[in-house]
Amino acid sequence: MTPGEWLIVFALVLPLASALAAHAFARAPDVRDTVTIMAALALTVVAGSLVLRTGAGAAPALTLAEPLPGLALAFRLEPLGALFAAMASALWTINTMFSIGYLRAKGDGRQTRFYMCFALSMFGVMGVAMAGNLFTLFVFYEVITLASYPLVTHAGDAAARRAGRIYLGLLMGSSVMLLLPAIVGVWFIAGSTDFTQGGLLAGKADGMTASLLLAMIVFGAAKAALMPLHVWLPAAMVAPAPVSALLHAVAVVKAGVFTLLKASAYIFGPELIATAPAAQWLLWIASASIVIASLVALTRDDLKARLAWSTVAQLSTITSGALIAVGAGVVGGGLHMLTHAFGKITLFMCAGAIYVATGLTKVSEMRGLGREAPLVFACFLAASLSVIGLPPFGGMWSKFLLITAAFGAGQAWTAWAMIVSSTLSVVYLLPVAIHALAPTPRSEAVTRPTGSGSPGIMVAALVLTTIGSLGLFFLADAVATFLAPVTGAAP
Amino acid sequence: MNPFTDFFATPQPLEAHAPVLMVVGPLVAACAAGLSPNGRWAWVISVGGAVFAAWMALALAGSVAREGVVTYALGGFAPPMGIAFRIDALGSMFALLVSVMGVMAALVSGHSLNAEIRTDKHTLVQAGFLLCLSGLLGITATGDAFNAFVFLEISSIASYALIATGAARDRRALPAAFNSLVMGTIGATFFVLGIGFLYAATGTLNMEDMAARLATLETSRAAQAGFALVVAGLGLKAAMFPLHLWLPGAYAHAPTAAAIFLSATATKAAIYLLARFVFGVFGTDMAFTETFLIWVAAPLATAAAIICSAQAIHQTELRRILAYSSVAQTGYVLLGLATGRIAGLSAGFFHLFNHALMIAALFMAVGGLARRGSGRTLSDFAGAGLSAPWTMAAFGIATLSLAGAPLTAGLLSKWMLVEAMIARGWIWAVVAIAIVSLLTIIYAWRMLEAVFFRARPEGADAVREAPPGVLVPLWALAIANVWFGIDASLPVGLAEAGARAVTGAPP
Repeated sequence: MTPGEWLIVFALVLPLASALAAHAFARAPDVRDTVTIMAALALTVVAGSLVLRTGAGAAPALTLAEPLPGLALAFRLEPLGALFAAMASALWTINTMFSIGYLRAKGDGRQTRFYMCFALSMFGVMGVAMAGNLFTLFVFYEVITLASYPLVTHAGDAAARRAGRIYLGLLMGSSVMLLLPAIVGVWFIAGSTDFTQGGLLAGKADGMTASLLLAMIVFGAAKAALMPLHVWLPAAMVAPAPVSALLHAVAVVKAGVFTLLKASAYIFGPELIATAPAAQWLLWIASASIVIASLVALTRDDLKARLAWSTVAQLSTITSGALIAVGAGVVGGGLHMLTHAFGKITLFMCAGAIYVATGLTKVSEMRGLGREAPLVFACFLAASLSVIGLPPFGGMWSKFLLITAAFGAGQAWTAWAMIVSSTLSVVYLLPVAIHALAPTPRSEAVTRPTGSGSPGIMVAALVLTTIGSLGLFFLADAVATFLAPVTGAAP
Repeated sequence: MNPFTDFFATPQPLEAHAPVLMVVGPLVAACAAGLSPNGRWAWVISVGGAVFAAWMALALAGSVAREGVVTYALGGFAPPMGIAFRIDALGSMFALLVSVMGVMAALVSGHSLNAEIRTDKHTLVQAGFLLCLSGLLGITATGDAFNAFVFLEISSIASYALIATGAARDRRALPAAFNSLVMGTIGATFFVLGIGFLYAATGTLNMEDMAARLATLETSRAAQAGFALVVAGLGLKAAMFPLHLWLPGAYAHAPTAAAIFLSATATKAAIYLLARFVFGVFGTDMAFTETFLIWVAAPLATAAAIICSAQAIHQTELRRILAYSSVAQTGYVLLGLATGRIAGLSAGFFHLFNHALMIAALFMAVGGLARRGSGRTLSDFAGAGLSAPWTMAAFGIATLSLAGAPLTAGLLSKWMLVEAMIARGWIWAVVAIAIVSLLTIIYAWRMLEAVFFRARPEGADAVREAPPGVLVPLWALAIANVWFGIDASLPVGLAEAGARAVTGAPP
């Protein structure tokens, strides 16, 4: 086997091994947590070297099995996938630090199960990121759904189980009812489901067929939370903060938009999307989804719920990028996937840190809290700026790319929806940090926070991701160049 | 390459007589089991008989893979005078399936009968099981229409008795057995009447000859009436919607070993016979066959899949969920057959194979646990995942396969089915499959949630792990569900060869 193949094997085996190790060391929490962090770190190194190889023009590939003739469980790296794998594994490492602090501070009784399911979810994420065809992507997409379900219902009470039912029902239902038939349809038309440069279906499917398949895939990948299939995301906020941070800001939701970006670039291709009538309709739905979700976020007082609605809006922004029939849309979408991940995970980690330190979940109760945790709120402010799309944070460039791509493709409505959404996010995100940091006295009605602040390891984690957001401001061009081959341009 | 003879060779005399030994072996064992001094002996004989039958089926599959079709004239009397066994790729696939499931059920029966049925009845139960096995294998082997009826009745009557023996555990087994008896007998009557009409029209009972002579008799009223009666009769036996009402009770209240065996094989043998008559004897060239497939079989199969899945959601007893699910999944199989194309038939047979693996594992897990504590309703199994992790992990795998989760056999057969529907141009069927998939996920998830994510209620009997005698076959089935989800070349190859053989298409 070539080194590239070995790297793919490692990327799949490391999370699995981490899950087994967590089970084996259940009685020794310190060993268990160290092993999990080491596995995440190792995975980051593996994914990083995959990025380097892909950047150098190589395309490591591996076929594991062939369940039906021509239908293979195969992996093949390309820039989007390598980027997703590297992003998810790096953030997994940081998030594990945060989880350790969070779960220990809360004295959680099911930590082993938590780490196991988390590692299994990452196994699914790696599979999705490296998938060489739609079938493999689907297989691991479902692995993510199943492995993250116990995390959503982690609390184990009736409310959590109800939310879990929505989560699972919506994600599995949509994928089985829409995504799977669409994939079989692609297979039937093209005789393959391989991701192909320029679009597998280009020249094989007419506009109407492509429309139907596109609509089925866009709604079938409900992890992308396009309205009206976004309901699961706010519901999933019953999960503990580390789960919301990594899975519902990074891994699970990004697996959804990643599926759309891959389908747009490698299954349909820009020409076919341009001729598919449904693409226009879907783009309008996505634009509406961006604005509506932003408006709903304004009305939410629960911090995590507000962040979740903001995520819905940002995901629809990426979905729009995938649906804009120009290459820049896909590149912008890929970049936004990265910058939003760093921004949103920071915001969720801040929410978690605040909750652990004070038990507070509502925005209105956080007034004046900034003096007790200045670093946390400073990071919150920085991440807010990144999510809004202001310098000096990475989010600015991806928004810029997407908006110019939308204008360039003649989709002014979509561009304006993105601009309005950014404006709205100023209104719903900035006041949180500003009110907390402002020197106004805390109102008497609010009870004094209890506890002795959040553990240092949690704060360290969210500082790291903030630095990441800052770094992306300077690295955006490198990432965009790295992604350029997706659209067929020379790297 | 021949997957069946590469690993071991069967002695030549045995292999030459495998078609008949496969049927006679369990028959002789049935007599021996009935006369044996106690249940322990009967169990050993039962396992021996089933293993012998499976060995013969394997040898037969080897010969079929090599020669295409194996013909065996009973007693050396060549047809049309004598009765001939004629085994093609489809027959050998079903023989293999039935006999392997027989081994599984026989293995489990050693433990489950002790818990469920009075010791002095064990010899008779085992005899009944072996008779049923012998009958089902006869169905897969025979090339004679009337002979098929005889074997169908041997297996059916034995199965009524098996269902009734569940009365020791659950009194509702008695009405369930009575229902099966009445419905099954009506089905048998229709079937034998239909064969009578066909005999009148063609003057032969040999299915191959019958097919040849029917080719010119498309407009014959007798042939048409024969077709209708045969289909209705076999539809009853196969629990084809809406003739399935006898089935849920029968599966839910039968003793565990019988539920495992019958759910995995009995209706499937009837489906085999149905396919044999519709595609082999009549053939899709006939106008009324095509009409039946498109206007009767396809809508009924779709209705079965949707309605029975919805009914499964509303059941409170675990075994009833599984029973309704069986009817729904049979709907999938029939939908595949209703396309009348090789792709659809292959998908249908492949799904039937997978369903046997799933449903046997599910009944095995449920039965293996229930004998340790009282357990019928879903909430009786709450939290069982923690106290019996090994049993319930296998249960979970089989449930995921049922729901069509990735890396399980269930996903692949559904994939093939959807592909066959698109190829046939039946987009409505794709929509129906999507709806059924959703319903399946809902009831599958109700089971998984109860077992793994709900706490054991206070004061409930402790649930203990199933004994090793159950765990080993259970895990064999669970692993098979995953194995064939990753490499399905064996069952898909068998199913495709079977589909070609039964429709007479070149391999």
